[in-house]
Amino acid sequence: MIALLIRDLRLSVRQGGGLGLAVVFLLIVVTLVPFGVGPDAAVLSRIAPGIVWVGALLACLLSLDRIFALDAEDGSLDLLATAPIPLEGVVAAKALAHWITTGLPIAFAGPAFAALLSLPAPGYIWLFLSLLAGTPALSLIGTFGAALTLAVKRGGLLLSLLVLPLYMPTLIFGAEVARRAAEGGALQTPLLLLAGITAGCAALLPFAAAATLRAGLR
Amino acid sequence: MSLWEYANPVRFMHLSGRILPVAGLAAAVLLTVGLVWGFFLTPDDFRQGSTVKIIYLHVPAAMMAINAWAMMLIASLIWLIRRHHVSALAARAAAPVGLTMTLIALVTGAIWGQPMWGTWWAWDPRLTSFLILTLFYLGYIALWEAIEEPDMGADLTSILCLVGSVFALLSRYAVNFWNQGLHQGASLSLDKQENVADVFYLPLLTCIAGFVLLFVALVLLRTRTEIRARQLRAIALRDRMA
Repeated sequence: MIALLIRDLRLSVRQGGGLGLAVVFLLIVVTLVPFGVGPDAAVLSRIAPGIVWVGALLACLLSLDRIFALDAEDGSLDLLATAPIPLEGVVAAKALAHWITTGLPIAFAGPAFAALLSLPAPGYIWLFLSLLAGTPALSLIGTFGAALTLAVKRGGLLLSLLVLPLYMPTLIFGAEVARRAAEGGALQTPLLLLAGITAGCAALLPFAAAATLRAGLR
Repeated sequence: MSLWEYANPVRFMHLSGRILPVAGLAAAVLLTVGLVWGFFLTPDDFRQGSTVKIIYLHVPAAMMAINAWAMMLIASLIWLIRRHHVSALAARAAAPVGLTMTLIALVTGAIWGQPMWGTWWAWDPRLTSFLILTLFYLGYIALWEAIEEPDMGADLTSILCLVGSVFALLSRYAVNFWNQGLHQGASLSLDKQENVADVFYLPLLTCIAGFVLLFVALVLLRTRTEIRARQLRAIALRDRMA
């Protein structure tokens, strides 16, 4: 599993555009919003946590179709399915690799970009923590979605239609943590619920994704 | 004699062929009686006036929208565990009907909300979770349409239905947390004192029964169509081989 993780990481770095793409995309989203709603700092600071979170969802979505598509094309997915490690482990390793290349950079970059939207000072650390706690769930759900649409040719649009509704609970709690922090409210409950979603996804979704892959390979 | 015998398509066709006209007719009668009773023979509500009458479409449609997803969940589980094709086809057949029910509930809700709340739409937990349910239906139907190989399509959509159910429930309670509601709480239940008044209750029950039967009839009809389509495809394939 560790070898697979390192292989996936190396592939995504060497492919070019894999590692930085999500962060650059998030920057573009954050830059576009003031053009859309106007440069008023009061408005921007109120919507900043939500914008960063929605941007993080969309940025995660960008690289999802790569998770299995390349391996399915060159046949290495068949080899992985017959490998001694269980398919659930393969899926978990791929989700982890996806998180390290997109979720983790986004968690570090998100608060920095929120400065462009004049997020109030107490919000930064909690925006970072909420992204850190929530983005693994995004990668896991996305891996499941990628496994579902693997059999569909040009499934990119379908992938977003399937995955975005599944992202909603994560988005609700994640943005709520950052918003409450910025406004100085109590944030233990949403943060715990967010971490709970991530833990639940990590426990269950690899099995669902592996079952999906098996159905596709049969 | 067990329920599983009807997993055999021939037996299913035989039984459903007999149930379908009965269910369809009963649905038509109950809906006609319930809607005429509700629309013309009940008094206006003293605060809401005649707009209250939209309840006879809104509540049954909303109930069936949720029950249809529950039925798809059970059918998906049966497909995954016992691999009965009729079950997978029934889940597929129910999805567009359920989607239509969510749309009816959303549209009648908007028409009702405009005069009562002064707005077509509010980001209320109930309204929002219904919108999310609509998106789940759309994703499920889109996945069915996208996959050509029928057994694999059944596998993938069944897994999506299971995972989607968990996330739909999660969203249902997450949105409670996110915004306070404008929609009233449940006003129909078996154990609570506070229900709608009896004048409205009986025609409403008639409409609900009508919607349930309408759903059963539509799902049976669509499942039968799908089975026949598969038989035709098999015959066409055999002819080409010969």
